[in-house]
Amino acid sequence: MSTAENLLRAADANRLREHKYAQRKRVNQIALTLSLAAMAFGLVWLIWILWDTVRLGVGGLGWATLTQMTPPPNEVGGIANAIYGSFLMVMLATFVATPVGIMAGIYLAEYDPKGWLGSLTRFVNDILLSAPSIVIGLFVYAVIVARFKTFSGWAGVIALALIVIPVVIRTTENMLLLVPAGLREAAYALGAPKWKVIISITLRAARAGVVTGVLLAVARIAGETAPLLFTSLNNQFWTSSLSEPMASLPVTIFKFAMSPYENWQQLAWAGVFLITVAVLGLNILARVLTRNKI
Amino acid sequence: MNTITTQTSGSKIQVKDLNFFYGKFHALKGINLEIPEKKVTAFIGPSGCGKSTLLRTFNRMYELYPEQRAEGEILLDGENLLTSKKDVALIRAKIGMVFQKPTPFPMSIYDNIAFGVRLFENLSTSDMDDRVEWALRKAALWTEVKDKLNQSGAGLSGGQQQRLCIARGIAIKPEILLLDEPCSALDPISTAKIEELIAELKNDYTVVIVTHNMQQAARCSDFTAYMYLGDLVEVGPTEQIFFKPTRTETEDYITGRFG
Repeated sequence: MSTAENLLRAADANRLREHKYAQRKRVNQIALTLSLAAMAFGLVWLIWILWDTVRLGVGGLGWATLTQMTPPPNEVGGIANAIYGSFLMVMLATFVATPVGIMAGIYLAEYDPKGWLGSLTRFVNDILLSAPSIVIGLFVYAVIVARFKTFSGWAGVIALALIVIPVVIRTTENMLLLVPAGLREAAYALGAPKWKVIISITLRAARAGVVTGVLLAVARIAGETAPLLFTSLNNQFWTSSLSEPMASLPVTIFKFAMSPYENWQQLAWAGVFLITVAVLGLNILARVLTRNKI
Repeated sequence: MNTITTQTSGSKIQVKDLNFFYGKFHALKGINLEIPEKKVTAFIGPSGCGKSTLLRTFNRMYELYPEQRAEGEILLDGENLLTSKKDVALIRAKIGMVFQKPTPFPMSIYDNIAFGVRLFENLSTSDMDDRVEWALRKAALWTEVKDKLNQSGAGLSGGQQQRLCIARGIAIKPEILLLDEPCSALDPISTAKIEELIAELKNDYTVVIVTHNMQQAARCSDFTAYMYLGDLVEVGPTEQIFFKPTRTETEDYITGRFG
C-alpha cells in the first residue's frame, strides 16, 4: 500500500471520528436539556409549596398558637393540644415500631434470606408497605376502637406504628444486604458468634441507612391524616391520657382548613408550616447523623 | 492416591483426601497436603484452580454458605477440623485470616484490633492498650496510626487498611495465619511492607498465602503448592518448585508458557 493511500485512509477515519463525536455531543446536549427541564419542573412545585406554606403559615404563627388550645370558630386560640398530641403519638409509635422493624429486618437479611418463612414475610411486608393508610386506619378502628367503644390516643399510636414497621423492615433488610460479604467473613474469621457479628459489624456498618429509614418513616407518619381520623379522632382540649380521643396536627389541619372560619384556616396554615419545618428538620438530622461517622 | 508430603518433621495442618463442592461443581479433587509449622506455604495456580477454596476450608469459612460442602479430613494438630465437635468459633480463634480486599470494621482503629481480642479474653484497659500496640507494631503500622487510634479504620489508605487487618488477625494470637491474596489490591510499596511482615511472622506463626503473583511466592514462601483445575499438581520446597519442578505442567506455568 502506498503512502498516499495510507494518508487517505487516515483522513477518512478522522472524518468519521469527528462526525461520530459531533453526533454524541448533540445527544448529550439533548439529554442534559431534558434532565434540567425535569428538575426545574419538580423544583417549581416544591418551591411554590414551600413559599405558600411559609407565607400563609408564618402569618398564623404566634405565641398563642403554640400555647393555647384549639378555639371555637371566630375566637382566639392555638393548636398546642394538636402539637402535643402529634408529638406524643408519633414518638410512641416510633418507639414501638423501630425495634420490631429492625429485628424483623435482621431476621430477613441475616437469618432467612432464602427460606420460605423469609420469603413469605417479605411478601406480606411488601403488601403492608404499599397498603393505603386509610385501610390501616379502618383496620385499627375495627379491632381497637369498635371493641373499646372509644376513640383513643392508643389506637392512633397503633395505627401509626403499623405504618412505620414495614418501612423500617424494608430499609433495614436492604441496608444489611448492602454490607459486603467480606466484612461478615472477616468478623467470623476472628471467631465471633453470629449475634456479635450482626450487632457489632453488619448492623453497625448499615446503621446510617437504618437510621435514615427510621427518620423518613417518622417524617411520613408526622403528616398522616387518614389513619388518625378513625382512631385518635380529635380533641378540643388538652389531654395527656392516651385512653381518650387525642388531637393531632394533621386531623386538626384537615378540619380547620375545610371550615369557613378565617381564624381556623389561619391555624391550619400554621399547622402545615410546623409539620413542614419538622419534616425538614428530620431530613436534615438524618443527613447530619449519617455523615462521615466512624 | 499418594500423599504428597513436604520434607519436614512438624506439620501443622494435614489435608487428607479433601473434596470440595460448590453445589454440584467439584472444586477440589482429592487434595492431600501437609502444611509445615512455622513456615510460609504459598498456593499458586491460575484463576479458578481452587487455591482460595482450599484456604477457606482451613477455618471452615465455606460453612457460611449452605450450598458449599467439604468431604475428607483436615487435621489441625491431629484433630479433624471438619468433624470437630468443638464450636467453629473456637477453631477460628486459632486461625487468623486476611482477605484480598481490606475489610476494616466500621469502628475506630483501636476497636478494630480490640474487637477480636475481647471475644476470648478479658483484658484490663492497660493490658488491652499493650495488646493493640503490640499487634500494630507487629504489623508495621504503629508509627503511622499511634496518634489517631480513635479515628475510623476506613480513613486509612488501602495498604494501611490491609496491615490493620493483619494486625487484627494476629492480635488474637492465633497459631496459623491464612492470607488470601493479601497484596492484590495494593501498590508496590505497601506490598513490600507486607512481604517483609510475612517474613517476620513465620518466626511465630504458620503462614499460608494464596497469591497470583509468582514472584511473590518465590520471594516470601518456604514451600509452594501448584494447583490446577481443582487438583494439587505439585508441592515442595519453593526453590525446587521454581527451579527443578518434577511435573511439566508446573514448569509450563512457572515459566509463563501457560496460565
